[in-house]
Amino acid sequence: MISIICFVLLFIFGSFWFAKNIIQIRKNILLGREVDRKNESNKRWKNMFLVAFGQQKMFSRPIPALLHFFIYVAFIITQIELIEIIIDGLTNEHRSLQVFLGNFYTFMISFIEVLSILAFVATLSFLARRNILKLTRFHKPEMKGFPTKDANLILFMEIILIFCIFTMNGADEVAQLIKGNPSHHFIISQYIGPLFFSKIQSFETLHVLEQIGWWGHIVMVFAFLNYLPYSKHLHILLAFPNTYYANLEPKGKFTNMESVTAEVKLMIDPSADPYSNSNTNQEPQRFGAKDVTDLTWKNLLDAYSCTECGRCTSSCPANITGKKLSPRKIMMDTRDRLTELGEYKRKNGSDKHDEKALLNDYITEEEIWACTSCNACVQECPVNIDPLSIIIELRRYLVMEESSIPTELAGMLTNIENNGAPWQFSNNDRLNWKNE
Amino acid sequence: MENNLKVPTMAEMMATGEIPDILFWVGCAGSFDDRAKKITKAIVKILNACKVNFAVLGTEENCTGDPAKRAGNEFVFQMQAMMNIQVLNAYEVKKIVTACPHCFNTLKNEYPGLGGKYEVIHHSELIQDLINNGKLGIKGGGVYKGKKITFHDPCYLGRANDIYEAPRTIIDKLDAELVEMNRCKTNGLCCGAGGAQMFKEAEKGNKEINVERTEDALKTNSSIIATACPFCNTMMTDGVKNFNKENDIHVLDIAELIANAADL
Repeated sequence: MISIICFVLLFIFGSFWFAKNIIQIRKNILLGREVDRKNESNKRWKNMFLVAFGQQKMFSRPIPALLHFFIYVAFIITQIELIEIIIDGLTNEHRSLQVFLGNFYTFMISFIEVLSILAFVATLSFLARRNILKLTRFHKPEMKGFPTKDANLILFMEIILIFCIFTMNGADEVAQLIKGNPSHHFIISQYIGPLFFSKIQSFETLHVLEQIGWWGHIVMVFAFLNYLPYSKHLHILLAFPNTYYANLEPKGKFTNMESVTAEVKLMIDPSADPYSNSNTNQEPQRFGAKDVTDLTWKNLLDAYSCTECGRCTSSCPANITGKKLSPRKIMMDTRDRLTELGEYKRKNGSDKHDEKALLNDYITEEEIWACTSCNACVQECPVNIDPLSIIIELRRYLVMEESSIPTELAGMLTNIENNGAPWQFSNNDRLNWKNE
Repeated sequence: MENNLKVPTMAEMMATGEIPDILFWVGCAGSFDDRAKKITKAIVKILNACKVNFAVLGTEENCTGDPAKRAGNEFVFQMQAMMNIQVLNAYEVKKIVTACPHCFNTLKNEYPGLGGKYEVIHHSELIQDLINNGKLGIKGGGVYKGKKITFHDPCYLGRANDIYEAPRTIIDKLDAELVEMNRCKTNGLCCGAGGAQMFKEAEKGNKEINVERTEDALKTNSSIIATACPFCNTMMTDGVKNFNKENDIHVLDIAELIANAADL
């Protein structure tokens, strides 16, 4: 009875706390500006199916893709066992699905065991890649401190989880043998159970071990679930909506700012009605983005979906050549700033805004101006995050609201305005090449 | 220097009541930059040889606004765009070809929302069509037969608009050996000019992007670096000079390759 109560408490508290955090994240994301991403749902489903579910873009780098795939499949399939754990926890039964499923149950648990071994190998490889091989993309400046600990912690949690599964199944196998029952014939634990636990002759001790595995598993699941909202690991959930809502337009297409269109039309056509487009109820929007609230909700969803793998940064021409710009940092900064602002608003009221901003307090002008808009980061991202659109919005704010722009670019803009070309040539000479 | 290029303007054609099939958008680089002008002329040679009924805007053409938009000045961009759209719509332009992937991207993707709806193609697509339709023939690959050529993907043609094959099919017609760089197509490395970087010094770093990219090209041991963008051309040419290889390695646009191979 006590175990049922403990389980129910764990279940309720774990789910409640998770839901509370997810609602807060959703609120934070909705602080962003509106952008329509509901059209062409067929294409969107297809994107989600291929890119998130099928991990299509991961496979441009086959080795980490395969390792990641092991963990991913193991994670998904293990959820079946989780169903049984929840039923067992609520009813105080033991392997409640075994009776109904028979041989298929043995197959299913065996399958999970094989995947768990593959995931174990993958997890160790990932730890090695980060901590022994020290791959450069995991050791960029933005990875110092929490991001590195975060990544390792997740991997350790996975290892504990796998140990729990085999402790549970292995101890159970040996316990069955002591009782004179036939083995469960789980493909791996029927061997490693006796290997580790054969010296234990007491059924009671084995039962306790199995319980430790069982409780360890479910406690880890809830710990993991509740760690997600604080971690880069949230991508396991947000990869799906993020790929669904991803941009479907050609990557080179930047948005045309409607607020600017209205003003430019007035300049070009003096007879246009200046009030035709104005919505008097609406506060005039800032040009571009100074803070996270000036970005779209999709930019903010991007930030929460980022798992800091750094493929964007490792393909960024500016970063490769030693500039400060790192697309991954753009995403991490956006998330950190959004979390900070969301927390501030939760405490002080949703209409309040603190003194800080994404620009300058997090992202410097030097980073923004180093971008070549080459779209390599957008192309690389395995979950279709778009760091470029944030960079451009920040540029727009700097240029149009603060008139802050590198001198040479200011000259280039003047040339376009005066001569219709980015260089100082007279437009009358535009066809001279014909006779040269 | 006199040459026999036929380059009618839209205004001239309109005066004689003719309507061109396609507008050749030359772009600022193609009009003013000495190196890019050669690319422009190579394209005109191809258009003339294939008897394509085209025209240019001449002095009525203006910067598309691309560098202004990438530099964050949407006002200047939209001013340029709307002025150009007025001109293009007045001439009832239906189809545009351009040799600059930046003009191409802006005209194709960003003008429609401002009232400028045209069929826009890149010159690599046009040349590919001319070859496929038998209008442009290269006998035995011409001067490039057997040579090693590597192709640098312009970001605004490749990743930005998913055009990877058209320039490669063209190189294929030269009977040359196309050697891909390790970073190519979707993984292609930028030349460093995009996003208005062409018009400013790079931020502090430990290397210039065009040097990094030229190293990729040098590793292929090609004698020719082919590009399809006037800005990539400049960056790669500078990169080659940086390694003092300008006598051994030539940076050429795909239009120049075709014009030379077809002996135009």
